[in-house]
Amino acid sequence: MDWETVIGLEVHAQLKTRSKIFSGAPTAYGAPPNTQANVVDAALPGTLPVLNREAVRMAARFGLAVGATVHKRSVFARKNYFYPDLPKGYQISQYEHPIVEHGRLTIVTDQGEKVIGITRAHLEEDAGKSLHEEGEGVTGIDLNRAGTPLLEIVSEPDMRSAAEAVAYLKVLHTLVRYLDICDGNMQEGSFRCDANVSVRPRGATRLGTRAELKNINSFRFVERAIEYEVRRQIALISGGGTVRQETRLYDSVRDETRSMRGKEEANDYRYFPDPDLPALVISAAFLDEVRAEMPELPEAKRRRFGEEYGLSTYDAGVLTASRELARYYEDTVQAAGVDPKLAANWVTGELAARLNEAGLEINAARVSPVALAGLLRRIADGTVSGKAAKDVFEAMWAGAGDADTVIAAKGLRQVSDDGAIEEIVRQVMAANPKQRSQYQAGEEKVFTFFVGQVMKASRGKANPAKVNDILKRLLRD
Amino acid sequence: MNAEEIEKVAHLARLGLSEQERKAYAAELSRILGLVSQMNAVATEGVEPMTHPDEAALRLRADVAIPGVSRERLLAGAPQTERGLYLVPKVLE
Amino acid sequence: MVGRIKANGALNAFITVAEDLALEQAKAADEARAAGAARPLLGVPIAHKDIFCTAGVRTTCASRMLADFVPPYDATVVEKMRAAGCVTVAKTNMDEFAMGSSNETSYFGAVRNPWNQDRVPGGSSGGSAAAVAARLVPGATGTDTGGSIRQPAALCGVTGLKPSYGRVSRFGLIAFASSLDQAGPMAQTAEDCAHLLAAMAGFDDRDATSLDVAVPDFVAGLRGDLKGLRIGIVKEHFAEGVEPRVLAVLRDALREYEGLGARLVDVSLPNSGHAVPCYYVLAPAEASSNLARYDGVRYGYRAEGYRDLEDMYKKTRGEGFGPEVKRRIMIGTYALSAGYYDAYYVKALKLRRLIADDFTRAFEHCDVLAGPTSPSPAFALGVKNTNPVSMYLNDIFTIPINLAGLPALSLPAGFVDGLPIGMQLIGRYLDEGRLLNVAHKFQEVTDWHARVPAGF
Repeated sequence: MDWETVIGLEVHAQLKTRSKIFSGAPTAYGAPPNTQANVVDAALPGTLPVLNREAVRMAARFGLAVGATVHKRSVFARKNYFYPDLPKGYQISQYEHPIVEHGRLTIVTDQGEKVIGITRAHLEEDAGKSLHEEGEGVTGIDLNRAGTPLLEIVSEPDMRSAAEAVAYLKVLHTLVRYLDICDGNMQEGSFRCDANVSVRPRGATRLGTRAELKNINSFRFVERAIEYEVRRQIALISGGGTVRQETRLYDSVRDETRSMRGKEEANDYRYFPDPDLPALVISAAFLDEVRAEMPELPEAKRRRFGEEYGLSTYDAGVLTASRELARYYEDTVQAAGVDPKLAANWVTGELAARLNEAGLEINAARVSPVALAGLLRRIADGTVSGKAAKDVFEAMWAGAGDADTVIAAKGLRQVSDDGAIEEIVRQVMAANPKQRSQYQAGEEKVFTFFVGQVMKASRGKANPAKVNDILKRLLRD
Repeated sequence: MNAEEIEKVAHLARLGLSEQERKAYAAELSRILGLVSQMNAVATEGVEPMTHPDEAALRLRADVAIPGVSRERLLAGAPQTERGLYLVPKVLE
Repeated sequence: MVGRIKANGALNAFITVAEDLALEQAKAADEARAAGAARPLLGVPIAHKDIFCTAGVRTTCASRMLADFVPPYDATVVEKMRAAGCVTVAKTNMDEFAMGSSNETSYFGAVRNPWNQDRVPGGSSGGSAAAVAARLVPGATGTDTGGSIRQPAALCGVTGLKPSYGRVSRFGLIAFASSLDQAGPMAQTAEDCAHLLAAMAGFDDRDATSLDVAVPDFVAGLRGDLKGLRIGIVKEHFAEGVEPRVLAVLRDALREYEGLGARLVDVSLPNSGHAVPCYYVLAPAEASSNLARYDGVRYGYRAEGYRDLEDMYKKTRGEGFGPEVKRRIMIGTYALSAGYYDAYYVKALKLRRLIADDFTRAFEHCDVLAGPTSPSPAFALGVKNTNPVSMYLNDIFTIPINLAGLPALSLPAGFVDGLPIGMQLIGRYLDEGRLLNVAHKFQEVTDWHARVPAGF
């Protein structure tokens, strides 16, 4: 049977606020346990939540960026359950009335563009951490993370393959960093993903029973977890079984998903509006402020790069993958005043390779946009050949100075002087009379032999275009 | 409320109840629910639920991190701690 | 003062006597006075209901769960009153987590009514009411979720005010039902209450429901006369179910008001009869969630001899909470659970709206409402605590006000069988200044509030 996979994703993005969503405690990651938690986070008696304006602003920014409705009125509810890292015995979260609804995000796959619906995005607080390696029979509780603001972004079940799910996640990941609302660090759990996966016979209109996959903390694992789960469900149904609606944990070591049956007891979260927090009302003025500070979004930037710089969709996509990379590229183009395509080749080529090798982010590049622009100008004006430029770049990366300094120091200046090149050409012709006769007899392919000889004689420094021109002229004489 | 419901609700609320308490609560809670069910006599179609006595919008806080009490003071009243962590009986993963 | 408090232990009005803190604060007040400071509350000893967190002084909420809890912070009310010069002498007894109308649910034992020690003082702020009535302190704080300031004030013959919701910060006030809880003063007179409220009230950025509005001069507002004041007489409050001699006391009091130039107007609160059922869904629902934090992990009681986490939770909460608290957690959990949420919780929220709207309509015809605070004088200890429903019905006149978020005050209006009777005055939203004025004028021409129980 031909099967169709249906995937919806729930992403928890930690918002980059300075303080927590309902308390003034700092949100720094990696601090000693329970040093970033205050009396509100630890739910001491009589303490109360007060909502962080910045978290609201960030949620609204996200809503606008995905073309969603940012509701004038939204409501915080309490989700009640007992867990030792949930200090109040309830999580404050938006339930029936989220701040953001009905958005969309465009992804690009091998099949082209596709629009993925965003059902909703809502604000909530993170829980603390349970540490299970604290000793025999005990679990340690660290509340540093408790109360960190989260934006839970729920997609429609619009994705049809693991590849689409990954593409969506990457677009979302890029977007939240563009918006400067989340650092996107998946290792530290700033950007977490749960996947709802089901399969159905192709053509069926009803959705199959879904499993919720939890604990997927990298793009690669999202793909593998979904692929494993799809295989499992198809095998199960094909074998006459049925899929249970349940939560499954992805185990990246064994590359499999496992049922969390132990936790599947009938949860009854008893949601109700939090009486400590009246309805959140967003004024038109507030929304205007948020709109005014909205950066250019990845999709718009990608289209603009295509139109303004004449870049391919692929190059434009690579160069707009992060706000920082795009800024680097544009700074380079502006400083150099050269063909934007040449700049694109260098940023996506040599520069990307060096960064990759060194494991650096673009902000830590050892060649600045201005320095790279200096080199590109020398390529454009014929001072150095493309080949020699790579050596120059390597030296610049190693800290040898700007392009002109390196070119001078290494003697890599290209010979473009007609007289000098003519001199070399004449010497080469004199040394190879037989080949010259062949050329004059119509054996055109001998021409490349002469080019090679001239370049060799100039130790690679002759301007290849000039060599071509002069050879063509003199060989016929 | 029957014994099964008492059991379910007590579990949701994580309340350990003795046999005697269960019996007493079953009777008392039924009486209270009887009182509460008087609400059904009132027609409330189209009435907007009132969750807060004051309809003012939620007031927001500036995003400023401020130092709280020290960890020592925060953990001072905790029944069991070790190396700055609260300790609980092992949570089964 | 501390000596008198200690000598009157039989009332059981206090859970903790803050002797060292009191001496320290009294000394500071003396020094301030010597330096020329002259604030009205400077050096005035007061007692805080043991529901307000006091930094370094244990705060129990009258529960085994918090019997040894020492908060690292002061409630905003405590902070503000200290700033006004008050000296904290003790923490008063109360119903456990403020759940009760007789002060019999306290883990630290029942409080006795100074007028008759076989009677209850009312609740949940019973310790504060008894302490003021017995003249052990001139003023005390209370909290009122369904009548917990006004009913014990009535039963003990003192004046107590529940301000409008949002007028006084709830930060550091241990929550019972967050959308209903409000802190307020209890004292012998409305004038004293005006001074105390002036110190307590005001905006607090640590409470998202605290109102950012100016606080009027409550003391200056006491002076206005009552000529032309329209007092609404709620038809439903003068009906069956109220002890006839209580009503007689009320009618006499209303005649006094007519003598002061006020006019009586008949009004109706048709939905107020549903307030008790509505309240006994909403308050327990909120409480069931508010009290989930008492889990034996970060502070407070933890049971011994548990098998695992689940067992630790259940034993801790089963042993740490008393019967009434557990009863309400059960009711509230049930009302919020799947399948019952709409029928109970949402239904109650809709009724709440109808009840609040009744007041809006009534205030189109009058300036304040007056009626009995409680349907009967103080009842005997041990009589009602075996029947929750009859206990709950005690608060029939006070509960609607909390649901609507309005201010209301109880003041002494007379006696029945030697027991004080309270009159409740209800005001428009944020109109507590008028309530204090109306009560003060009554106290200028009567002396019910000045009577002292025998032996105190």
